[in-house]
Amino acid sequence: MTASLAGPAPEGGYQFYVTEDPHHHEGHDDHDEHHHETGTRLGFWIYLMSDCLIFGILFAVHAVLGTSYAAGPSPADLFEIDKILLSTFFLLFSSITYGFAVINMQQDKQRAMMLWLIVTGLFGGAFLVMEVLEFQHLWHLGAGPGASAFLSSFWILVGTHGLHVTCGSIWLVVLLVQVQMHGLTHENKRRIMCLSLFWHFLDLIWIGVFSFVYLTGVLL
Amino acid sequence: MASPTASTAAHGADAVNTTHWFWGKLGWDIFPFYDPIILGTFIGTCLLGVAVVGAITYFRLWGYLWKEWFTSIDHKKIGIMYMILGVIMLVRGFADALLMRLHQALASAGYVGFLPAYHYDQVFTVHGVIMIFFVAMPFVTGFMNYVMPLQIGARDVAFPFLNNFSFWLTVSGAVLIMISLFVGEFAATGWLAYPPLSGLTFSPGVGMDYYLWSLNIAGIGTTLSGINLVVTLVKMRAPGMTWMKMPVFCWTTLCTNVLIVATFPVLSATLALLTADRYLGTHFFTNEMGGNPMMYVNLIWIWGHPEVYILTLPIFGIYSEIVPTFCKKRLFGYTSMVYATCVIMILSYIVWLHHFFTMGAGADVNSFFGITTMIISIPTGAKLFNWLFTMYKGRIHYELPMLWTVAFMLTFVVGGMTGVLLAVPPADYVLHNSLFLVAHFHNVIIGGVVFGIFAGINYWWPKAFGFKLHRGWGLVSFWGWVVGFWFAFMPLYILGLMGVTRRLSQFEDTFYGIYFLIALVGALMIGVGVLAFVMQIVVSIWKREELKVGDDPWGGRTLEWSTTSPPPYYNFAFSPRVYELDSWHHMKTEGAARPTKGFVPIHMPHYTSSGIVISGFMTVMGFALIWHVWWLAALTFFASLVWGIAHTFNYNRDYYVPAEEVRAIEAAGNTSIPAAE
Amino acid sequence: MWVFRIGLSLALFFSLSGCNLVVLSPSGDIAAQQGDLIVYATVLMLIVIIPVTALTIFFALHYKQSNEDAAYEPEWDHSVSLEIVVWAVPLAIIICLAGLTWVATHRLEPYDDLKRISEDTQIDPNVTPLEVQVVAMDWKWLFLYPEFGIATVNEAAAIVDRPVEWKITSATVMNAFYIPEMAGMIYAMAGMQTELNAVINAPGVYEGFSANYSGNGFSDMRFDFHALDEAGFEAWVKEVKDAPNTLDQHSYTELQVPTTAHDVTYFGTTEDGIWDKILNMCAGTNELCLNDMKMVDALGGGGLDGLYNRELFRGLCSADDPESLFLLLKPEHDPHKGEILSAVNHLPALPLAQSQPEAQN
Repeated sequence: MTASLAGPAPEGGYQFYVTEDPHHHEGHDDHDEHHHETGTRLGFWIYLMSDCLIFGILFAVHAVLGTSYAAGPSPADLFEIDKILLSTFFLLFSSITYGFAVINMQQDKQRAMMLWLIVTGLFGGAFLVMEVLEFQHLWHLGAGPGASAFLSSFWILVGTHGLHVTCGSIWLVVLLVQVQMHGLTHENKRRIMCLSLFWHFLDLIWIGVFSFVYLTGVLL
Repeated sequence: MASPTASTAAHGADAVNTTHWFWGKLGWDIFPFYDPIILGTFIGTCLLGVAVVGAITYFRLWGYLWKEWFTSIDHKKIGIMYMILGVIMLVRGFADALLMRLHQALASAGYVGFLPAYHYDQVFTVHGVIMIFFVAMPFVTGFMNYVMPLQIGARDVAFPFLNNFSFWLTVSGAVLIMISLFVGEFAATGWLAYPPLSGLTFSPGVGMDYYLWSLNIAGIGTTLSGINLVVTLVKMRAPGMTWMKMPVFCWTTLCTNVLIVATFPVLSATLALLTADRYLGTHFFTNEMGGNPMMYVNLIWIWGHPEVYILTLPIFGIYSEIVPTFCKKRLFGYTSMVYATCVIMILSYIVWLHHFFTMGAGADVNSFFGITTMIISIPTGAKLFNWLFTMYKGRIHYELPMLWTVAFMLTFVVGGMTGVLLAVPPADYVLHNSLFLVAHFHNVIIGGVVFGIFAGINYWWPKAFGFKLHRGWGLVSFWGWVVGFWFAFMPLYILGLMGVTRRLSQFEDTFYGIYFLIALVGALMIGVGVLAFVMQIVVSIWKREELKVGDDPWGGRTLEWSTTSPPPYYNFAFSPRVYELDSWHHMKTEGAARPTKGFVPIHMPHYTSSGIVISGFMTVMGFALIWHVWWLAALTFFASLVWGIAHTFNYNRDYYVPAEEVRAIEAAGNTSIPAAE
Repeated sequence: MWVFRIGLSLALFFSLSGCNLVVLSPSGDIAAQQGDLIVYATVLMLIVIIPVTALTIFFALHYKQSNEDAAYEPEWDHSVSLEIVVWAVPLAIIICLAGLTWVATHRLEPYDDLKRISEDTQIDPNVTPLEVQVVAMDWKWLFLYPEFGIATVNEAAAIVDRPVEWKITSATVMNAFYIPEMAGMIYAMAGMQTELNAVINAPGVYEGFSANYSGNGFSDMRFDFHALDEAGFEAWVKEVKDAPNTLDQHSYTELQVPTTAHDVTYFGTTEDGIWDKILNMCAGTNELCLNDMKMVDALGGGGLDGLYNRELFRGLCSADDPESLFLLLKPEHDPHKGEILSAVNHLPALPLAQSQPEAQN
């Protein structure tokens, strides 16, 4: 028998309703932005985790199928590791430049921030160009996604990452326009932070792709 | 007698191979109207559709529906729309069930039956897909959407627009499935579409593509909705509502949505890989070139088993709200209820292999997964005991929700028992894929989930509309379902023990006829239950003035009953402050009074049409992809992309409800709580 | 064994009431043990289920609103002793059941050799199991008897009380091989071999079928399984042997055309190594056999050439002297011959591609 209901009432009695809206008085904009931002940040994190699961599945699939060459080419026959290393650096640098953009954003330096974002976008674009060139190369060799289970898994895993980078780049361009239009408002800052999370996340995934697909593929 | 005729023998008889640049695979032969059943259904559906559209037009409701419902981002309206979707799809899914029961009863009695295998196979596939994805899921999501924010004293969910978007994506999936009935065909692969059968080689028709795009699109909606509700629960609880003061339904909602976020991406990824196999010629799950179909079976069940708990956990939450309310007593063992929920959530991830013991994984692996499965029955059993001891020394009011709950408790234990039985691998070797299995999962899904859905609808209907559901029709529906269930599925248990396997469209001898006949009678009784439920709603709306009740008709215990019924669009004029579990009950016992002054403006989001428009584009995109109309797919894809981007350029998303308006609405009163002064 | 007696009487009840619960009273020892397990597990669970159901009904009736005499304690919501019971009793049952599961699953593992012929007959170590190779096809069953060099479609036979070793694969989609009177089912999957060890204890004609939906002709994918005595089996084998047909790659290709309710067909002779080719999905086609493909993959793939000249690697695994073939595969691997050979030695451990030269008559 618990007596929780009969527990001692707080001093001053129960206040069953929040009868005044303290935030309203201190200027509602601030508070609402703040409140919403924490929610957005959490929601975006959860989204990233669910996206991470998608990549997790693709990695797991690659672990299963990664050596099913169907008597066709293996990573050693296909990958040009020096070019992959170059595109890896493009992406890593783009993460650093995004970091600079965020630092500038926090200091409300809109112009510098936009410049760094543009640099980030250029690095991202360079990465995508490298990827398209690689796919083109494989396609011309006849090593398309249907050539073996290993290649299926490779194309879809790397392609899915590439699609994410493409989405991130489009988002980046949209954000640049929006910052240009509205300045560094709370909403835009929130969006920039979300894209920042997204961009670093893609970097992280790429490190996984680089080590597990390319490096181990070539080394083994 | 060998009969290798092309039409009956080949996998996927209606393979259309020619692709036109403009029409894709579309042609005049895509309408399966040679089949009198489909033609009849089509004509019926058209007439019904014309009647509905005509009525809406005649009463000039389009504008109202668009402005107040379709574009609404009010979690309550979205919740109700989810429920309406569930009811519509329930009728469709149940019609399929009746077809199957009728066909098997005929086929097992020595008649050929009226469905050719090719059609029958589609019917059982679509029945499974609809019942899980477009009946159970919308109902469950609807409840979570409607009730949870009210229970935590919030004014909406964390991302109201996303909520609307998620709903319309689900509708999009449902629409594609409905289209498949009249345009082309549906998958004939079973509801989980195991490859290689579902691969391009063995299912070259568009049926599988309907399956894939429908679930791909709806799956995104479910994931987004899961994220939304988790954030809502974490961030938007009323002041004072610590985790352990949250109603049990909120706990189960939390666990469910964590499961959704953690498993639906697996489904999406798996189906995307199968889609790639069919569209890009990859070899993930094919027999050739190193593909591995066993991997699909593993992946789909890594989603599939938690999905079972995604459906049941919120329903357990509903029972946990209903039992204390109608026993007029505190819930027994709140803490153990919460832990049981969390334990079930975690365990549900490590049992997936019990769906295919017969794949030959070896004794160690099989017994591991068998035992983990059994362990789940411990927290589930604890929950059952907790409801039982809540009834102990209570004052049980047998309103409809409580009737459904007691029926659930008596039915569910049998399903639980047969479930544990199936978890013993050697027993599963003889029962796997048999009608015993079919009976088992219908036992838990109908006896657990469906009964809970009806309990919940009867319980929260007065909350949503201010009047009770009609008791007489409710009782007819109740007895139809409960008795019908036992008649429909007990014969299947016996048939399973007789070694009859599932998904058979023809039978060699008439030995089983009597059992299938009893099952058909049961299905017809359930049919009465379904019709009575529809009647219950119609009659209740008709007699709504007679059935009108106050704001707190059941003597509720949680916060949703502290506001008016139906609640104002902002839910609470003043955020409630929580001190105890069962906080509304606490407020009533402490004599809380609602404030009558000091109203402040309330911050609310604007309605938006982006959700329905983008989902509309995506429906067309799905249809175009199914029929290989590439230009249209590309066009609608870019349209949705552009619309989505344009949506982000709208910075004017919210507004303040003036304090004066809040005062005016609140002045209408609240019968459940006295006004201050 | 009171448990068993209850089970028996239950089974009796159902058979008296007109239905034949084959799963609970089968004619093969493995299926019988599996059926018994169902009864034991059910009885164990009824220890909780019956009281819970009784309590539910009692509480539901006793504490209804109209019964004013019943106790009413609206604030009572916790009891440590009850909570312990609530968690401990199911836990105890599940511990028992888990033990039972572990033991039974290991005892009845379908891949393992039989441990007994029936409840009171031991294994005769001099009798080898009868090996039957099973191919699930669209929509029929092909059985090969390597001991006799014969094959049948949609009819199988075995000797009463002699263990049978079913080796199962599929030529098409996934199916499940199931003879309810004999033993539980096991999946049939293309390019893979699953196994089922079982025995039939009573003569008769039993039903076998696919228990995993496989498409259009699934319902008719059934066969008769004849459990015969020694003499009867010999006569059956002779009858099959007298059939003029040969199961070779050509006739196999013909069989692969999807059919429903295929007639029972006998093949008096079988081509050498046909099972190997069926299992590795290269019977009657120019495709690279799966075992060859796996071998090439294990050696690091076939290189870019492999994209266009896969047939180069055909027959790699069936050659007598693999060493020479490796040179063909990758001349530059010559210095690594040792590693390659050890890789080959590891190959049989791979889940797919089991290639043992069978006695093919």
